[in-house]
Amino acid sequence: MHPALQGLLTIALGVGGCVAYFYLSNQFLDRVLFPPRGPNAGRNINRANMIRPWLFLGPALIALGLYLAYPVVETLRLSLTERVPVPGGQPGEYDYNFVGFANYAQMMDEPKFWEAMRNNFMWLLVVPALSTAFGLLAAQLTDRIRWGNAAKSMIFMPMAISFVGASVIWKLVYDARPIDQEQIGILNALWVGLGGEPQTWLTVPLWNNFFLMIVLVWIQTGFAMVILSAALRGIPEETVEAAIVDGANPFQIFFKIKVPQIKTTIMVVWTTITLVVLKVFDIVFAMTNGQWQTQVLANYMFDKLFRANDWGVGSASAMVIMLLVTPILVWNVWNARREMR
Amino acid sequence: MASLTLTNIRKSYGPVEVLHDINLEIEKGELVVFVGPSGCGKSTLLRMIAGLEQITGGTLEIEGTVMNDVPPSQRGIAMVFQSYALYPHMTVRDNMAFGMKIAKASKAEIEERVSAAAEILQLTPLLDRLPKALSGGQRQRVAIGRAIVRDPKVFLFDEPLSNLDAGLRVATRIEIAQLKEQLPESTMIYVTHDQVEAMTLASRIVVLNGGYVEQVGPPLELYERPANVFVAKFIGSPAMNVFAATIDATGAATTATLETGGQVHIPVESRAEDAGTAAHFGVRPEDLVLAEGDAEVLFEGTVEIVEGLGEVTQVYFKEKAGESAVVAKLPGIRAFKRGDRLKLAAAPEKLHLFDAKGRSFLYRNG
Repeated sequence: MHPALQGLLTIALGVGGCVAYFYLSNQFLDRVLFPPRGPNAGRNINRANMIRPWLFLGPALIALGLYLAYPVVETLRLSLTERVPVPGGQPGEYDYNFVGFANYAQMMDEPKFWEAMRNNFMWLLVVPALSTAFGLLAAQLTDRIRWGNAAKSMIFMPMAISFVGASVIWKLVYDARPIDQEQIGILNALWVGLGGEPQTWLTVPLWNNFFLMIVLVWIQTGFAMVILSAALRGIPEETVEAAIVDGANPFQIFFKIKVPQIKTTIMVVWTTITLVVLKVFDIVFAMTNGQWQTQVLANYMFDKLFRANDWGVGSASAMVIMLLVTPILVWNVWNARREMR
Repeated sequence: MASLTLTNIRKSYGPVEVLHDINLEIEKGELVVFVGPSGCGKSTLLRMIAGLEQITGGTLEIEGTVMNDVPPSQRGIAMVFQSYALYPHMTVRDNMAFGMKIAKASKAEIEERVSAAAEILQLTPLLDRLPKALSGGQRQRVAIGRAIVRDPKVFLFDEPLSNLDAGLRVATRIEIAQLKEQLPESTMIYVTHDQVEAMTLASRIVVLNGGYVEQVGPPLELYERPANVFVAKFIGSPAMNVFAATIDATGAATTATLETGGQVHIPVESRAEDAGTAAHFGVRPEDLVLAEGDAEVLFEGTVEIVEGLGEVTQVYFKEKAGESAVVAKLPGIRAFKRGDRLKLAAAPEKLHLFDAKGRSFLYRNG
């Protein structure tokens, strides 16, 4: 069968299956299980309404349990075991021996792990701060001009590009050619134009981390801008006018009246980007693959799990990432719920 | 010297002119109320005085200085907004101190002015609260306190009571009246669409309609001697009964025939050339009484609707089917029924006469 047809068929089956599930299960509930008829009509309606939410939640709960909750537990188990081939068994047959925290200890001894931790920490400091700051700036500036919406679309567009696609674009920006050839990377073109020698930017230690971070900042600024722009528009215009009457200049209005009023939104944006940063993988994988001291935790995990086939240490590093993400996630959810109240 | 002078003030949005040639002088210590229906331009005029809207034409002077292009903060004004416009992230104290902090006043001075304003408005126990922990009335007081701290030459109030519930509105209205007593030197401009607020607070009322000033004067003058039909109908509730009429006899008193047939004698001067012209005759519902003895009967008709309010009884009746209803507001509780025949009269000095264009005969000159 033609792949496009296969795709269409899959979509039709998937969507049709969902519709059929909800329709039929509700029909079963209302017609067979608790029909709103007879002497117990009122009681039956109440019971049906108590069960109905679970019909709707059920599929999602099962899917999340199977693909999210179970893997977490399994990863935790793997991180505490060592995988060894069964003596005399078939290839691909493994024993899992409990080794306690040995995997974690081994990971702690590796300089590459600490390099990843250090880099992740730098990413954590730089990317959310820059993305939020640029997003706030773009939101404020584009709200006041006529072509603001066009500018906003341009700034938002990178959000629509995959991380790998963005990496390819930025690899071209950082591209380096021998000195006697014309530079096709814009950074080198500028650098050479200013009288420098062509640099292989992605191999310059420490700095190369920042060159990678810019890619994510470029992507996330649009997200920050859209959310913060909506928040800025939600500020009552009269508070701004009151500040004008009080004699505040545009900077004071922005920093003392507007920003404090959208503080919670700024924090939500900041933490959301922080979560993205902690999981950053594709950009590093596609651009440097962790070479030249640009390793990050997610890429380190990938290396261990799928290149070195060291399931123990790989799982241990996955647990480390999860431990780092969890408090921010909890705080973020708590904050978002408070915002909604 | 006038505290505030508007000369030929105009405002346009593109080709649309919304305020036309406004001239007004406000003396120091006055409380002037701008009143008018929605869209009459009263808020726009206030915002032009505040400096939040550009003045298209004419001059605005505050204490003799032209202020057209002076930024709001340097005009010597303070504004109280309809939605209070408190800074939600600042305590009451910081809200009131913000302007002075921006102006880099000394801490001692800020503290002194804020406590003084808080004292006047009984806000002292609330100084460290955030606006969200205050009731509507308290928020409004903080907004007024923020204005007082600025120590302005002119206070501007933009419908400050519209967001309060009915009971609180009366209480806050009285507080504003008391505040005015405590600050006799300060000039206040107050915008509202509520004629009760206008009548009770104002030393003078400016009635605006469609971007024009209809009449300026003390509240009771507007009530007793309205300059035109618009003011006559806008001030007072229910609105004045106004009918088309034709002038019969002129002189020191005027005789007119109503379109409904009756003839009225109005002690208002008219000229010989007015005889035979169309005019409008008006009488307030509360000035109508049941005709007794040989009093001149103004209206005779059949009761359509009776609204008993206890304090007064409002009677809507028609002289003939299809005509506009006449409203009478009679004191006390009356046992009228639908279909009752009523004869109504009014004291001659309570009758109003307007020309065909709706201008009062009282204000004709030259």
